Amino acid sequence: MLVTLLLISLLAFLAFQIIPADPVTKLLGTDYTPERAAALRHELGLDRNVLVRYLDWLTGFVTGDLGVSYSYGMSVSAVMEGKGAVTAALSLMAWLLVIAISVPLGITLARWQGRRLDRVFVAMNQVFMAIPPFFLGILFTYIFGMVLKLFVPGGSILPEESLGGFFGYLIFPALAIAIPKAAMVTKLLRSSILNQMQENYVRTAYSRGNSRWGVIRLHVLRNAILPVVTFVAMTLADIVAGSIIVEQVFALPGLGRLLLASIGNRDYPVVQCIVVIIAAVVVFMNYLADVVTQTIDPRVRLG
Amino acid sequence: MKLGRNKNFTAGAVITAFMLIVILVGMVWTPYDPNAMDGAAKRLAPCLTHLLGTDNFGRDILSRVIEGAGATFLIAAATVAIGLAAGLIIGGLTGYYGGWLDEVVMRLNDAVAAFPSILLALVLIALMEPGRTSIILALGVLFVPSFARIVRTEVARQKSLDYVASAKLMGAGDMRVLFAHILPNIVPVLLPSVAIGFNNAVLAEASMSYLGVGVQPPDASLGRMLNEAQGYLLTAPWYALSAGAAIILLILGFGLLSEGLGGQSDA
Repeated sequence: MLVTLLLISLLAFLAFQIIPADPVTKLLGTDYTPERAAALRHELGLDRNVLVRYLDWLTGFVTGDLGVSYSYGMSVSAVMEGKGAVTAALSLMAWLLVIAISVPLGITLARWQGRRLDRVFVAMNQVFMAIPPFFLGILFTYIFGMVLKLFVPGGSILPEESLGGFFGYLIFPALAIAIPKAAMVTKLLRSSILNQMQENYVRTAYSRGNSRWGVIRLHVLRNAILPVVTFVAMTLADIVAGSIIVEQVFALPGLGRLLLASIGNRDYPVVQCIVVIIAAVVVFMNYLADVVTQTIDPRVRLG
Repeated sequence: MKLGRNKNFTAGAVITAFMLIVILVGMVWTPYDPNAMDGAAKRLAPCLTHLLGTDNFGRDILSRVIEGAGATFLIAAATVAIGLAAGLIIGGLTGYYGGWLDEVVMRLNDAVAAFPSILLALVLIALMEPGRTSIILALGVLFVPSFARIVRTEVARQKSLDYVASAKLMGAGDMRVLFAHILPNIVPVLLPSVAIGFNNAVLAEASMSYLGVGVQPPDASLGRMLNEAQGYLLTAPWYALSAGAAIILLILGFGLLSEGLGGQSDA
């Protein structure tokens, strides 16, 4: 896990060194003269050896000093303050929604396999999986924001103003991210349960007088849930990526907007920082998925 | 494989064929010039002369959707082609020869694959200039790891099979064994992944263009149209709906195809 993280941080750092675009040119704009550029380069430490700068940046990162933003003229941690919370709240909410929607739905569909409810949902599932989250966000803005007036599009509320309002505004963006993912997880859980239903132990469970529901609840579920746990943990990466785009749709002041603005401003310390933080979250979640799988199923051993 | 009786495959084939025909026809003929503005016909609701209505400049939305779908399709196809070609070479060589290089490449692969591809593409494009070529390059590079991994696993599995041994006995060289004998055998495994990769590319292109770092105006692309349409959601909702529906049809078609081919569309 650590190796992967180090590798990502190195890649994130190097990526910004080999590019043709020079932040100094962008910062100076029309004031550009070779002398000023050299002075600014020295001030920002850009004239030092790449490896030295990487190690410098890495030690700073580990000790909590995230560097100084080029365009905002303050520390990266100050720029990011509050933004991470918005993205984290949105991603977490979407993730919980995925679980809350897909687990009961997947189990219900498997329980009533082949009935009308199941057939309708299986067909609809394919469509839901095909909807891009940001288009769903635009649809929600139109239906719930403009026609039904359940929320004010673009009128996001800061957590300091009203915590309830903050989470209330996040419901629709979170749903927009969650629904396509929930469709995938539902499908996976349903087919995982149905796969398990072919196993011998299921026949044994039936022969002891269990109903179909009893078999699923008491025997099948704990086996069927394993691949789903891994998948659900891994969806968090996509959800974070999705939230960065959906933040744009709903004008949410999160990391996504900051990232896009910083990319435009060639504010690389901010971009690097966001990339590495998101990478850390993703890698950590994958690791957690392994640990959880192992806890539920002792047969799986971490390699 | 009895593809004819496979409902998913049939539905996917019908939708994809429909989109392909529309795109192909759109290359030579669209109802109106996609970029022709008409000041007298701004934000018209769908009607007989403009089947999907017009946008804020009086441009025919149907024509724009057709052109945009074509652009999105070409970008996605080019992306998959790059990812697949590089993935075949890298995955094929590492899977066939193994060794320390295999270890290193797969480690690198893991690091890249652990990351949301849209996010990485965003950063990569930021390093270049926004536009069609950058988006193809950035997405193509990002698709290499997943293809390389699939190819590597399959090649490593196939190389110990008898037919490879007999090909070698008959004097075939490594490259011939790898690309003439093993490659055709991994195509069935590869096809669903190609369909899924295509969908991810469509989604990524649409997202990027929506964010404004993909296809630049005046070029049409479905994501770009959604970006514009969002501003006119209240007065011209059919604008966003048409572009969104086209994206969904593209993704749905290939999703069903991959499902029908036996892949899992949850990748």
